Amino acid sequence: MATTDPAAPSPDTADLAPALGREEATDPFELAGETFTSRLLLGTGGAPSLESLERAIRASGTQLVTVALRRVEASSSGAMLDVLDRCGVRLLPNTAGCRTAREAVLTARLAREAFGTPWVKLEVIGDEHTLLPDGVELLDAAEELVAEGFRVLAYTTDDPILGRRLADAGCAAVMPLGSPIGSGLGIRNPHNIALLRDSVAVPVVLDAGIGTASDAALAMELGCDAVLLASAVTRARDPERMALAMRQAVEAGRLAAGAGRIPRRWHAEASTPMQGLPDL
Amino acid sequence: MQVTVNGTVADVTDEVTVAELVAERSGGHDRVAVALNGDVVPRSSWAGTRLAAGDALEVLAPTAGG
Repeated sequence: MATTDPAAPSPDTADLAPALGREEATDPFELAGETFTSRLLLGTGGAPSLESLERAIRASGTQLVTVALRRVEASSSGAMLDVLDRCGVRLLPNTAGCRTAREAVLTARLAREAFGTPWVKLEVIGDEHTLLPDGVELLDAAEELVAEGFRVLAYTTDDPILGRRLADAGCAAVMPLGSPIGSGLGIRNPHNIALLRDSVAVPVVLDAGIGTASDAALAMELGCDAVLLASAVTRARDPERMALAMRQAVEAGRLAAGAGRIPRRWHAEASTPMQGLPDL
Repeated sequence: MQVTVNGTVADVTDEVTVAELVAERSGGHDRVAVALNGDVVPRSSWAGTRLAAGDALEVLAPTAGG
């Protein structure tokens, strides 16, 4: 069978298998009342240039990116928002750097003013060294912001009980860390992530600690609905290439999670039948 | 009179408005948010909100962040 376009995929591979995979990998993701086809959320911090950031966003296929607020003298130029507008992504303001519920609530209100969205990635950190969430302040802030009509996506520890308390408080999503922000240490307690996933009805987004593509795939295999990462892409040597790797890892992990993996066994189990083995 | 703008003490004319200080500081940013003494000042109130001596104003703009 001849084809006139050498770049076209062969009919043998173009039809069923890839089409099936594509369809399942992009099953819709409902978050705070909106529907997304991408399950990869990207943070914009850490990119070496706006050009690099734009290429990474496009390669990642993300539809939702985080942004922050800082004093105007220290903020990025308006060109960053132009890039994000051009990419057609939705903005998710964060409360990065806040140490108390009071600071985080005020920052969320300011972000709603600046960005015109009630969505907020709620982040209340306990100290500068670990950047680990302060669960007490976090829950206080979540309750107040939910009462004010915010759609709260709560960055939290991998504690399933705290995750449940945040979901009960009305958070739109619970976002447990895999390991500390920017550490690239991956998912230190997969069991807790799986427990947390089973503890809440709202979406669970693995947020922070991702180092490479296999970490993102594992998050999805553990049942997370999406992955949020920044440094793993923006600080990679080749952000665009890593962004594509993360996109494919999230899709692969989603597919694997729905495919029903084989049980782990202590001993081998042959896949080639023993029946009919010749006597040689 | 003296007020604090983004952590720095500044001499400003008496009864200066938030809108005037934002215009002076925001340099090209349109998606700006303002806090006065720890409370949000909505954009619709900038022109009508006057500062008093000792007030602390924060003028914030979008930046990249995880």
